Amino acid sequence: MLNTTELLAIPALPLIASLIVGLFGWALKEKLSHSITTGSVIISALLSVHIFIQVLGGASFYGNFWTWMLSDTFVVPVGMMIDQLTAIMMITVTIVSACVHIYTIGYMHGDPGYSRFFAYISGFTFSMLVLVMGNNFFTLFFGWEAVGLVSYLLIGFWFKRESANFAALKAFIVNRIGDFGFMVGILAIWYYFGTFDYREVFDQVPALVAQGETLHFLSWEMSAITFICLALFVGAMGKSGQVPLHVWLPDSMEGPTPISALIHAATMVTAGVFMVARCSPMFEYSETALAAVIIVGAVTAWMCATIGLVQNDIKRVIAYSTCSQLGYMFVACGVSAYSVGIFHLMTHAYFKALLFLAAGSVIHAVLAEQDIRKMGQLKKYMPITYITMLIAALALSGVPPFAGFWSKDLIIEAVAVRELGWIGDFAYFAVLSGVFMTAFYTFRMFFLTFHNSDRVPAKVKPHLHESPKVITIPLVLLAIGALFSGAWGVLGLDIANPNAAQNFFCSSMFVLPEHNPLILIAEEGHHAWYHFLFSAPFWLSLSGIGLAYAMYLRETDMPAKLAAAVKPVYTFLLNKWYWDELYAKTLMRPAQILGRWLWQQGDLAMIDKGMIHGGVVGSVLAGMQRMRAAQTGYVYHYAFAMIIGVFAALTYLVLKG
Amino acid sequence: MVTLSSYLAVAACLFAIGIIGLFLNRKNVIIILMCIELILLAVNINLAAFSYFLQNLDGQIFIFFVLTVAASEVAVGLAILVAFYRNRRSINVDDINTLQG
Amino acid sequence: MIELGFFYLFSGLAVVSALGVVLSRNTVHSVISLIFCFFNAAALFFLLDAEFIGIILILVYVGAVMVLFMFVVMMLEVNFAGLREGMLQYLPVGGLVALVLFIEIVAAAGSGVFSPTGIPDPGHAAQHVNNTVEIGKLLYTKYLLGFEIAAIVLLVALVGAVVLTLRVRKDAKYQNISKQVNVNPDDRMRKVKM
Repeated sequence: MLNTTELLAIPALPLIASLIVGLFGWALKEKLSHSITTGSVIISALLSVHIFIQVLGGASFYGNFWTWMLSDTFVVPVGMMIDQLTAIMMITVTIVSACVHIYTIGYMHGDPGYSRFFAYISGFTFSMLVLVMGNNFFTLFFGWEAVGLVSYLLIGFWFKRESANFAALKAFIVNRIGDFGFMVGILAIWYYFGTFDYREVFDQVPALVAQGETLHFLSWEMSAITFICLALFVGAMGKSGQVPLHVWLPDSMEGPTPISALIHAATMVTAGVFMVARCSPMFEYSETALAAVIIVGAVTAWMCATIGLVQNDIKRVIAYSTCSQLGYMFVACGVSAYSVGIFHLMTHAYFKALLFLAAGSVIHAVLAEQDIRKMGQLKKYMPITYITMLIAALALSGVPPFAGFWSKDLIIEAVAVRELGWIGDFAYFAVLSGVFMTAFYTFRMFFLTFHNSDRVPAKVKPHLHESPKVITIPLVLLAIGALFSGAWGVLGLDIANPNAAQNFFCSSMFVLPEHNPLILIAEEGHHAWYHFLFSAPFWLSLSGIGLAYAMYLRETDMPAKLAAAVKPVYTFLLNKWYWDELYAKTLMRPAQILGRWLWQQGDLAMIDKGMIHGGVVGSVLAGMQRMRAAQTGYVYHYAFAMIIGVFAALTYLVLKG
Repeated sequence: MVTLSSYLAVAACLFAIGIIGLFLNRKNVIIILMCIELILLAVNINLAAFSYFLQNLDGQIFIFFVLTVAASEVAVGLAILVAFYRNRRSINVDDINTLQG
Repeated sequence: MIELGFFYLFSGLAVVSALGVVLSRNTVHSVISLIFCFFNAAALFFLLDAEFIGIILILVYVGAVMVLFMFVVMMLEVNFAGLREGMLQYLPVGGLVALVLFIEIVAAAGSGVFSPTGIPDPGHAAQHVNNTVEIGKLLYTKYLLGFEIAAIVLLVALVGAVVLTLRVRKDAKYQNISKQVNVNPDDRMRKVKM
């Protein structure tokens, strides 16, 4: 049993810090603002590590603290569920958050919204912790919406920029679509199970499946469990930027870079994966939902990787890579390798946050320039950023022994061993080609930034320098994570072990034995240390790096030639598969036309002109004109009115008898 | 002997005369105030009559209160009248219509 | 028998003087008629064993209120005759309303429990019964709160009347007491450089 005070302190500290700095930030000095928030998040991180160590020793926690809402049988408690899944999410969230807090001290220095920014990210840490630590779907939903809100606020942090406001709105609205599905899922859970509590719900799932409860949805008959899972997965798609709801994630790069690292790479966007893993006892019973998860994940992994190949904005390349990697995690969940998905979530959090923060360091050095075509040869100016980014790039590409290799390799193997027909083949193709493309675009970005020719504009030149220590220290910390978290996961936590007793995640995620890819992987005995030499992903990622090396360091005129040779494809990719244009044409235009029509016809013509000026207000005014004539102001008229009243009352009484 | 209804009839007479006065003297505020006094007097006679015939002194207490309020009303009413006269040099009710909506 | 005679006398005079209030051309005559009406009403109160109220009516009403009326009428230089103009124009309407009200009240007063047989005459109180003492007992016990509220109403009316008619004269000199109290030595002495 874990100490409840300690558990409550973990989310409470960032909340309190956020409230203090958010409400009184105007009165606090910069130093005090960041000390309060950073300090509280670091303490949270240390407590989380402490909890994690205890969980490693077999401890767990499950219980309610308060009742949030109570209405007849509708009871929403506030409680926590601490198991291995929660614990690993907690350390990931708090450690990355702590690093980002420290990094922000340097990055946002001098910004007018300095303390506001700290209030937001501390508030985000609180929300994310609520999301992962809660023990029912309602606290999950609370955290889910709260992180969405903070994400909106932070994307639009520089609210004077029109593009930032637009991106923030886009993120919010696209997330709303996902959240609607999520809400439907939660309400369906209430409808079928009568509770929000994880354990109670999951205990009832087999019974519901056995009953064969079905429902009709859009003239499509499906089992209740499939409906719930699909609805929840729509929420996950929105939050985790999966096709076709991925469009907000690249645009969210309008926010400050620390946010891109914390929210749009490491933690919030992975909430969908966490949710699917948390709901594994439900997803396991729905083949349809799992297939949907695989397809969506694989399509996203592949499509976003292709877009990433040609983007020129350093943050956008990483953003599309994030989408793509989230696709990998969903594929892992879809093939029932939830623990592998969460494992990739963790390693990805470290190396992707590192990649973003290093990119932020670069952007900081070149005076807020994000176009990689205007960088180059930065290696000699920023050695620490260079090395840490190289580590992150290698980790992302999946080169052993860096973190990404371990997790990605497991995902690919898990896809390979499951026999799922064409879905499995498609997913396998997507993730394999994704590996090649990931390696290529990562190193394309890397080479263009740090090597290649020097294309930095002359006026930026004098500013080039390595970032201060507050920025480089978090980079080094995260680099340690990017280096060792993969090996630690497989060798230390034994995540690949199908035996529940030895695997770290053991019982926190439920997998039907006939689904479990880990058993199949173990049967094939792929665990010799040199095994990677014979695996396709390894060679694909090496060749991706090699191609990038050839194109951007050796034959530097090749990219332009290639782009000209396959111009249609290049344009298609450069325009991100025209998703934005598609949405603009099919959804935004009609909505705008409808909105304008309702505004002109409904609001202005009907309500304002017709009802307000003509109907309600008009008749009230006309009536008032008549009514005020009764108020003559002459005393005797009032006296008459009184007498006539007395007269009428008396007459009534007399006639009544 | 004098019956209750006799007293009530006298009171009704005074009341009706008061009402007529309100209608007839619609210009002179002082007469209007006096007519109100007449109406209140009619009420007081009713109260006294019932107090006597029901052998209950509470009615006389109420006369007392009615007199108090009537006296206050006259005092304030005449004060308003004086103040109004000072400003307008008139006590014609037709001139008192600035409260008109 | 004598009582009935007095009743008719006083009630007749009261009604006639009330008519005088309403119909008189001169406002001073109206006031005098009203005073006379109050005297007759007081006599009716005496017939009803309400000696205290009758006395109060004479003392307070005739002595104070009606004098106030008279005072105001005399003070204001108003062409009262002009105010009577067009009086008869409203006589039909006013007379009709008053007539109907009168008939209704009398009809209501003479029927049911109010009919001559409804409530029998209880007879006058014994010689030793002191009406003032009885009223005092009630007023200071059961109606104490009302009595005090009545006192406050009178006080408010008094203050209100003063406030309404108070006029600050511009040529008169007044003390500003708060200014006198709050004075400082510095305000009194001023150093002047020569």
